[in-house]
Amino acid sequence: MNSIIFTAAARLLVALLFVFSLFMLLRGHHLPGGGFIGGLIGAVAFIVYSLACGPAEARKALRITPEVIAMLGLGIALLAGMFSFFMGDPFFTGQWYWVGGDSYDTAAFSVNTVLVFDIGVYLVVLGGILSLTYAFEEET
Amino acid sequence: MAEHSDPNAPWKTVSGIGTSGVTALLFVFFLQYLPVIAAGETVRWVVPWIPSLDINLTFWIDGLSLMFALLITGIGAMVMLYAAKYLAGHPQYDRFALYLFSFMLSMLGLVLADNLIALFVFWELTTFTSYLLIGFSHADPKSRRNALQALLLTAAGGLALLAGFIMLGITQGTFEMSEITASGSLVGKEFYTLILFLVLAGAFTKSAQVPFHFWLPNAMAAPTPVSAYLHSATMVKAGVYLLARMHPALSGSDLWIWILSIFGAVTAVFASFMALRQTDLKQTLAYTTLMALGTLVMFLAGSTGYAITAAMTFLLVHSLYKAGLFLTIGIIDHATGTRDANVLGGLRAAMPITAMAAAAAGLAMAGIPPFLGFIAKEVAYAGALEMRLMVFVVPMALIAFALMFAVAGIVAYKPFYGPQGKLPHKPHEGPWPMLLGPVVLGTLGLAFGLLPGLSAYYLIEPAVNAVMGAPDRGGRVKLWAGFNLPLLLSLITFALGFVLYAKHQALRGLLARIEARGPDLDAGWDVFLERFMAFTKVQTKLIQTGVLRQYMFATFAVFAVTVFVTLVTRNVGGVRLALGGLSFMEWGVALLIIAGTVLVLLTSSRIMALVALGVVGIGVALIFIMYSAPDVAITQLLVELLVVVLLALAFLKMPNLDPTGAQKHSFLNATLAISVGVLTSVVVLLVVDQPFDRRLTTFFEATSWTEAFGRNIVNVILVDFRTLDTFGEIAVVLIAALGAFVLLKGAAKARAAKEEKE
Repeated sequence: MNSIIFTAAARLLVALLFVFSLFMLLRGHHLPGGGFIGGLIGAVAFIVYSLACGPAEARKALRITPEVIAMLGLGIALLAGMFSFFMGDPFFTGQWYWVGGDSYDTAAFSVNTVLVFDIGVYLVVLGGILSLTYAFEEET
Repeated sequence: MAEHSDPNAPWKTVSGIGTSGVTALLFVFFLQYLPVIAAGETVRWVVPWIPSLDINLTFWIDGLSLMFALLITGIGAMVMLYAAKYLAGHPQYDRFALYLFSFMLSMLGLVLADNLIALFVFWELTTFTSYLLIGFSHADPKSRRNALQALLLTAAGGLALLAGFIMLGITQGTFEMSEITASGSLVGKEFYTLILFLVLAGAFTKSAQVPFHFWLPNAMAAPTPVSAYLHSATMVKAGVYLLARMHPALSGSDLWIWILSIFGAVTAVFASFMALRQTDLKQTLAYTTLMALGTLVMFLAGSTGYAITAAMTFLLVHSLYKAGLFLTIGIIDHATGTRDANVLGGLRAAMPITAMAAAAAGLAMAGIPPFLGFIAKEVAYAGALEMRLMVFVVPMALIAFALMFAVAGIVAYKPFYGPQGKLPHKPHEGPWPMLLGPVVLGTLGLAFGLLPGLSAYYLIEPAVNAVMGAPDRGGRVKLWAGFNLPLLLSLITFALGFVLYAKHQALRGLLARIEARGPDLDAGWDVFLERFMAFTKVQTKLIQTGVLRQYMFATFAVFAVTVFVTLVTRNVGGVRLALGGLSFMEWGVALLIIAGTVLVLLTSSRIMALVALGVVGIGVALIFIMYSAPDVAITQLLVELLVVVLLALAFLKMPNLDPTGAQKHSFLNATLAISVGVLTSVVVLLVVDQPFDRRLTTFFEATSWTEAFGRNIVNVILVDFRTLDTFGEIAVVLIAALGAFVLLKGAAKARAAKEEKE
């Protein structure tokens, strides 16, 4: 699309959308959002970029091929689920660790496998949709 | 690639010697159980595998499995050593060593497994590995075809066997074979007949009983060491092993006695005539293997001590002499370049050790005292005389054994002492790794015969006890049992065999003429396979049209019909449409959605249709917002957006809708669309009409924060309570994306190739 206005605006929009997607991912546990929605927004960000600058440029900006991102995401989700296995809990039981306290209320923040799993979801959705879109765009 | 690596690389030889060494160690490992098992004990290891389904990796050593394990590892070690020399320099020798070793392990698992499901898995593993071995010369289409034939036939039997095992396990309440056989005979119990037929289907295809016999001679396409291994102690004996293993549970009924006697006897006699008819020594041995399998099945029909002792003794002696003879034929083939019985002769001077080994194996096969073969034959006659179908079994056994005597002369005597024809190469003695096997096996056949008490105590009687399911009195394996009817029958056998050997050239012509008249099952197999393929092709064309619209039509039609039938048969009553309580905004959204739908149907522009669909989607998202489901609404909006982008990209490459605006909406499509719409609405209204079950909602509301530390219940369900579902979903997302990616890239590549061509 040869529109200077769109190309210029897209650069700004992409960064905002991308940050927003991460924001949605992280806040998902308490407020509307999460890995699925975050991944969709992230995909939209890169799609806007590819519409503005072409799929080749967008691929370069992504650095890793979207298929690899999606597969990595599935792997991360699986590992997050398997972690509980090693702790003696059933498959996919969420594991929580508190930093600076001993419960959710007193701790400064928590480290947990649930968020890791959600990151996996985010990456699968992002990579899956981008792989589809790019393939469509490049199909001439 | 293996094809390009150095065929003489030292690690290839090591891979052969190494596997042989490991197998030999396994043999020694099993040797230590001889005194334990002979004392009447059994050994059991249990490894839980799928405990929730009662499937365990249970290994059980009793007399029967120990005899098999020793034969498998002992003969296996010698065959692997032999193959290292036989196939030395073959570019794919390493692959061969892997196949052979895997086959050995599968076979070992088969005879040691106590759990029926584990046994089945090993059973199929032997099928697959033997497929690889038979088709090892994969450049030869005949070899591939024969391997496939063996695979399909034995795997089909394997499926029947699985069904039989599952029925057996469910009706008996346990999948452990030791428990099933210990709980006594199944004869007369529920499903006995069906179980018997299914198990027999598996055993008879694996052990190549007539009329499933034709794959076995064809399997000779494999290199000789494979034939020596598969057709002596292993693969084909798996069926016999299964029948012996199941003997306590399934034997004794009229059905068992009649089927096993008749199939076994017919196989034995048919195969021994066919063996006499062949001129290729390897084919001759293949048919004698069939004869041995028939004989074993025939004796397993009986339940008396003599019949079972006959089966076990014959099993042991056959494994020893058959492996030895196959290996000998391999040496001859290697040294002279031919296996033709008419040409080979006078090799004794050039190959003295091979001649000795072959003589030992041949004498055992012919059943000459003091070899173990003689004892086996004596016991066999004693067993046959005790059997229910004695009048049928004894003459059949006599014919088979007499023919065996003649065939033993053809394979073990004539090539070394007979008149020599024109040989392709000048004969020379084989190297020691190839001679070791035949010499050891021949010696064992003699030693076991000279020490009948010892071989009976350690090997044969424990196996007999296992098959009988109860301790047997023993003492039947004797070199000299006095002047009795079996001895007389033996003498008749020798006389008859001698005559048959003397006249075998004349007989061969006669048999060839008879064979030409009979039905050719092997050719019939090809016809069957061809017709079957043609049928599947027609069927695939009918069901898989490749037109997306037809798939969607079928999917929605099935949905509509099933929902409609359910609604009618369940008699759900009326549908209540309460429109009174709708607010102004809700009416607005509903009208928006309806307007969008109508526009999609009427427009002739793709872009317009796309936008109208978007309106419908956004309307749905608005509904989600109105009923405070922000997560779902956001997802809906984003998906709607992405669909627009993707479809717009796709539309760039598609022609416009019919520009006249008069595109044909087929009546059928419209009917289907309307029925699906109406039915879905009815179902939704019916569901909404039910009182809402709040149990799950209450649970999630109560535990979302306390147990999962999250306030957004939707997200907590996705990533904590129902993680496995989510994991499945993202896996589907990934697979769908990769699938579409491959399709698009593949289409692009195909188009590029086509353009280049033009």
